[in-house]
Amino acid sequence: MRPDLKERLRPLLRWESGLFVVLMAIVILGTQVSSQFLTQGNLFYLCISIGEIAIMTLPLTLVIITGEIDLSVASVLGLSSALLGYLVSHGWELWPTFLLVLVVGAAAGMFNGVLVTRVGLPSLAVTIGTLTFYRGLAVVILGPNIISSFPEKYTSIGVNPVGNTFLSYSVLFFLVLAVMFGVLLHLTPVGRSLFAIGLNTEAATFAGMRVKRIKLLLFVLSGVVCAFAGILYTFRLSTAVQDNGLGLELNAVAIVLLGGVSIFGGRGSIVGVVLAVFVYASLQNVLFLTNFPQRAFGIVTGCLLLVSVLVPNASYFLERARALRARTRPARPVLEVD
Amino acid sequence: MASIGHADERRPLSARVSARFLIDLVYRIRAFGILAALGIVVVVASILQPRFLSGNEVNIVLGNTTILALLALGEATVIISRNVDLSIASVLGLSAYASGSAFSHLHGPPTFLAIVIAFLIGIGVGSACGVVNGALTTIGNVPSLVVTLATLYIFRGIDILIVGGGQVVASALPDAFFQISLKSFHNIPYLTIAVAVLVGAGAYYLRSFRSGRDLYAIGSNPEAARLVGIPTGRRVFGAFVFSGAMAGIAGVLWASKYGTLDSTAGAGYELTVIAAVVIGGVAIFGGSGTVVGAALGALLLNTILAALYVVGVSPFWTQAISGMLILFAITLDRLVSLQLTHALRRRRTQHAT
Repeated sequence: MRPDLKERLRPLLRWESGLFVVLMAIVILGTQVSSQFLTQGNLFYLCISIGEIAIMTLPLTLVIITGEIDLSVASVLGLSSALLGYLVSHGWELWPTFLLVLVVGAAAGMFNGVLVTRVGLPSLAVTIGTLTFYRGLAVVILGPNIISSFPEKYTSIGVNPVGNTFLSYSVLFFLVLAVMFGVLLHLTPVGRSLFAIGLNTEAATFAGMRVKRIKLLLFVLSGVVCAFAGILYTFRLSTAVQDNGLGLELNAVAIVLLGGVSIFGGRGSIVGVVLAVFVYASLQNVLFLTNFPQRAFGIVTGCLLLVSVLVPNASYFLERARALRARTRPARPVLEVD
Repeated sequence: MASIGHADERRPLSARVSARFLIDLVYRIRAFGILAALGIVVVVASILQPRFLSGNEVNIVLGNTTILALLALGEATVIISRNVDLSIASVLGLSAYASGSAFSHLHGPPTFLAIVIAFLIGIGVGSACGVVNGALTTIGNVPSLVVTLATLYIFRGIDILIVGGGQVVASALPDAFFQISLKSFHNIPYLTIAVAVLVGAGAYYLRSFRSGRDLYAIGSNPEAARLVGIPTGRRVFGAFVFSGAMAGIAGVLWASKYGTLDSTAGAGYELTVIAAVVIGGVAIFGGSGTVVGAALGALLLNTILAALYVVGVSPFWTQAISGMLILFAITLDRLVSLQLTHALRRRRTQHAT
C-alpha cells in the first residue's frame, strides 16, 4: 500500500469507525432476525429503554477522561427520583420541586467532588461510599412508599414519542446534551484541558490548569445531569420508589468504556460514547426480539466490555508474541518489502 | 514499611528503629481503632438495650459476619495487590446454585460425602472464575476494575441462564447441610470459629511468607516490584484465584444459610464487601492493610447495623449509615497517613542536621 494512502486511511481505523460498523452490522442483523426491528414502535421502545442511562454516560465520560470515576450516578438518579416523589406527594408545585431536585443533585456531586479534590481521596472509594450513602438517603426519604400521583401532563412525555418520530423525549434530551458535551469537550480550551489532566495530572497542574476546580465542577455537573435523568426516569415509569435505577451505574460505565474512553483517562470522545449507547441499546433490542432471556443480557454487556478493552491491547499481544518467537528462533534479517 | 529501613541504611540505627516503630505504631493504632469502635458500639448499644448482649443476638451478628468476613478475606488479598475483584458476589451466586442443585443429583452417596462434594463443587466453581479474572487481568493486561466489572455481568448472566426460572428449594437440601450454619459453641457458631482461623492463617501467610509479602510490594509500586524481580503476574493471578475460591466457599455457606436459591443470590453484595475491607483499614489502592483488619471491618459493619436495629433505629437508615461509615473510614485513613508522612519527614530533617 502506498504510504500516503495509508496515511489518508488512518482516520478510518479509529475506534469510532469500528463502532459504527458494528452498529450497522447489528441493524442488518436486526432486520434479518425480525421484521419488527425497524418499525416505529420498536425503535421507540429501543429509545425509551436507554434514554436515562444514555444521559448519565455524558458527564461520566468527562469524569473518566480526567482519570477519575463516578460510581454514584445511579444513586443520584435514585435520590432525585425519591425526592421528587416525596415533594410531589406533599403537595409541592412542580417547578420549585424540579429546581430543588437539581440543586440536591448538584450538592451530591459537590460532596463527591470535595472529598476527591479537597480531601484528596481516591474517587473509586469515595463514590462507592456515596453510592451506598445516596441510595440510603433515597430509602430514608421514601421508605416502603410508592408514589405514583404525578400529573399526566408530565408523565405523558415519558411514554409518548416526539411528534411523529420514533424518538423518545429522553433520547432527544440525550442528543441535545451530547452536542453540548461534544462541543465542550472537543472544541473549548477547558474541554481540551480534560485530556491533559487525564494524561498527566501533575504536568497539567504545572501548566497552569486549575485541576482541582475543574474536577470539582465535573462532579457537580455529573450530579446535576444525573438528577435530571432521575426526573425523566420517574416520569417515564410515573412511579417513585426507593430502588429506581438500582445498579445502572455499571451499565453506564460499561457503555462509556465501550465508547473507547480509556479507564486510565486522557483518551475518548463523545462521538464514540454516543455510538456505544446505540450499539448497546440496539444489541439489547435485537436479543429481546429473539427471545433471549432479557435478564441474562449482562453476558453480552460483559463480553462487549472485555472486547472493548482487549482489542486496543491487540498490538501489545502481537509484540509479546513476536518477542516470544524471537527468543526461540534466531532473528531474521529485516527486509523491506516494497 | 520494611523498605524504609533499607532506603536509609546510612542513618543512625536509633533513627531507623524509631521511624519504623512509629509506622508500626500507627498501623497498630488503626487496628485497635476498629476494636475500640467495636467496643464503644457494643457498650452504648447494650446500655440502651441490654438485650443486645444476649447470646441470641451475639449469635445472629456473628452468623451474619461469617460469609462477609470470608469474602472480605479474599477481597482484601486482591486489593492489597492494587487490584479489585468486583465479581465476587456473582461468583457467590453461581457457586451457591451449583452446590445447592448438586444435592438433587447426589442421592447415592451418604450425606456427609454429599456435603464434601458440594463444598468441592463450590471451591471448584469459585477457583475457575478466579482463574478467568486472573488470566484476563495479568495475561490480557487489562485493569482489573474493568475485567471484574465485565465478569460480574458474565458470571451472573451464566447463573441466570442455568437457573432459568427455577430455584433450589430448602426441602431439596439435607438437614445436616443446614446444621453447618446453625451449630454453635456457647452461642458462637462453629463456622465463625472456622472462618476466624482461616483469616488468621491468611494474615500469617501475607505477613510472613515471601509470596505474601510480594503482594504488598506489588500493591505499593507495581513497576518497582517487577523491576526487583517479583513475578507480579503470577502473584496477582494467585490472589484472584484465592479470592474466587473464597467466594466459592462463601456461596456454599450461603446455600447452607438460606436454603432457597434463585439466580439473584448475593446480587450487589460486592460493594458491601469492599466497604468492609475499606472500613477495616485496607488502602483501596493497595500496599497496606491486613486481612484481619478487613474481617474486623466486616464485624464492625454488622455490629453497628445490629446495634442500630436493636436500639430501635428504623431499618431504612441502615444503608445510609453504612455509606457514611465508608466515607468516614477512608477520610480518617487519609488524615492519619498525611500526619504520618508529615511526622516522618520532620524526623528525617531533624536527623539530617
